[in-house]
Amino acid sequence: MASLINCPHCGVRPREEFTIRGDAGPVRPAPDADFGAWDAYVHLRDNVRGPMAEHWQHSGGCRRWLVVERDTFTHEVFAVVDAADYTRVPVAKPARARKAANPAGRRGGA
Amino acid sequence: MRYSAFSIFRAALAGNRGWKPAWRKPEPKPHYDVIIVGGGGHGLATAHYLAKNHGITNVAVLEKGYLGSGNVGRNTTIVRANYLLEGNEPFFAHSLKLWEGLEQELNFNAMMSQRGVINLYHSDGQRDAYARRGNAMRLAGEDAELLNRDQVRELAPFLDFDNARFPIHGGLMQRRGGTARHDGVAWGYARSADSFGVDLIENCEVTGIRREGGRVTGVETTRGFIGCNRLGLAAAGHSSRVAEMAGMRLPIESQVLQAFVSEGLKPFIDQVITFGAALFYLSQSDKGGLVFGGSLDMYNSYAQRGNLATVESVMEAACALAPAVARVKALRAWGGVMDMSMDGSPIIDKTPVQDLYLNCGWCYGGFKATPASGWCFAHLLATGEIHPLAGAFRLDRFARGYQIDETGHGAQANLH
Ligand SMILES: Cc1cc2nc3c(=O)[nH]c(=O)nc-3n(C[C@H](O)[C@H](O)[C@H](O)COP(=O)(O)OP(=O)(O)OC[C@H]3O[C@@H](n4cnc5c(N)ncnc54)[C@H](O)[C@@H]3O)c2cc1C
Ligand SMILES: [Zn+2]
Repeated sequence: MASLINCPHCGVRPREEFTIRGDAGPVRPAPDADFGAWDAYVHLRDNVRGPMAEHWQHSGGCRRWLVVERDTFTHEVFAVVDAADYTRVPVAKPARARKAANPAGRRGGA
Repeated sequence: MRYSAFSIFRAALAGNRGWKPAWRKPEPKPHYDVIIVGGGGHGLATAHYLAKNHGITNVAVLEKGYLGSGNVGRNTTIVRANYLLEGNEPFFAHSLKLWEGLEQELNFNAMMSQRGVINLYHSDGQRDAYARRGNAMRLAGEDAELLNRDQVRELAPFLDFDNARFPIHGGLMQRRGGTARHDGVAWGYARSADSFGVDLIENCEVTGIRREGGRVTGVETTRGFIGCNRLGLAAAGHSSRVAEMAGMRLPIESQVLQAFVSEGLKPFIDQVITFGAALFYLSQSDKGGLVFGGSLDMYNSYAQRGNLATVESVMEAACALAPAVARVKALRAWGGVMDMSMDGSPIIDKTPVQDLYLNCGWCYGGFKATPASGWCFAHLLATGEIHPLAGAFRLDRFARGYQIDETGHGAQANLH
């Protein structure tokens, strides 16, 4: 239900302790990238119905940024990893490709 | 059949057995001039104004569930026009004017109730911000009044004026704002569109958008292929899903918003009251139930049900604002999937695909927009031209740097 999140540092904590930033997929373009790349990064979203990786900050705990992999329809949480341990792939790839690129993301599931 | 006091009387004499269904259940035709995806408030209003304002009646509205099963039947029914920014206020002002004549226009009781909307302020800074907003509203020709603490107390004596953290200093009142019966609005537009000959096709999910030579030719649906000259998307929380069928990515995130209703009480809250401390709003329905809601669950969601953490925070806000509410039983809670745009404002525009038009990004404020959205979207579908009132709601405004960011939060959908 995304009500309990298993923080890799603090253990299982209630959702109220977290601040949610949004899709962890988009990768910041190079500073001199063209406007289109920046527009896509800042504004456009896959907005998937299904498995998705999302940035959550444990603002009421260790304050680390985490990547929570969950399903946007069933609300099942698959995995929670520290954002530093998460590898993102460039923006236009489908969500499935992103997941495969991060097999380590399986640990710490709640 | 025209509804009137006389028709009620006559039907009653005949044992109320003479009522006809309010709309037909037609089979889809092979081809329409215009197809609208989504039988919510906006899709149905668009169909009504296409017929009424533009004489275009060879139209189908395709709805995957039943009419009004989406957000139009799930919202907290608040109707207002209290926006700050130029791109927004004239559009919502027009919407409020359409609301005022809606029941006569549709010959349907939408229970439009202009009971007033009060946004409370709790600090000097918030008062100044509301004074500025009120001035912007008045410049756009709308009504706005800054109430002091005593004036609010006279209207709503049961609020906690001396809350230690968020004392109530006053409120910004829009007297012409209020509530309308959400289902009634959907049914009224549906019945009117049907009476013009529009086909309302329920249980018909659009699963693909067929294109030939860069232009739309029709849609694949769970009831087969249906051709069209022009296609309008009004799928609210599922906008990204249908736009993807035409190869588009939108500046939208879908998030769940919850609402609550209490057991019926005697008249207790006369206006719509919003708490300036947290995002929280409260009104009382004509049946007596308190209707209230708060902020989003904050994470992407396509599920029409919410998180208990949000339930708890909404209840806390209710009790902080009006402590008497603590003794009231909540009856029901539900959620709706919101099309949260990256600046919190809507999109009514053409798309890069020829003959494909887009209406989305209503966030949690699209119910009040229903009449004007239908009005402007019908204009776009009929003429191919952007309606001047929706001139700021362009899809490419994000790339151009012309966001309409009422709250000033930047490109983060869940903060708008
Ligand atoms: C809890 C809650 C409270 C709210 N409170 C307010 C409020 O007080 N004031 C206010 O102004 N706004 C409010 N809103 C926002 C408002 O309800 C929405 O912005 C508005 O209803 C959206 O437009 P709509 O009515 O056309 O959407 P919907 O009724 O959601 O219509 C979209 C329709 O598209 C259909 N659809 C989707 N995909 C497909 C497909 N592939 N094929 C066929 N059909 C499809 C859906 O089934 C749905 O019926 C609230 C929303 C919620 C959830
Ligand atoms: Zn932690």
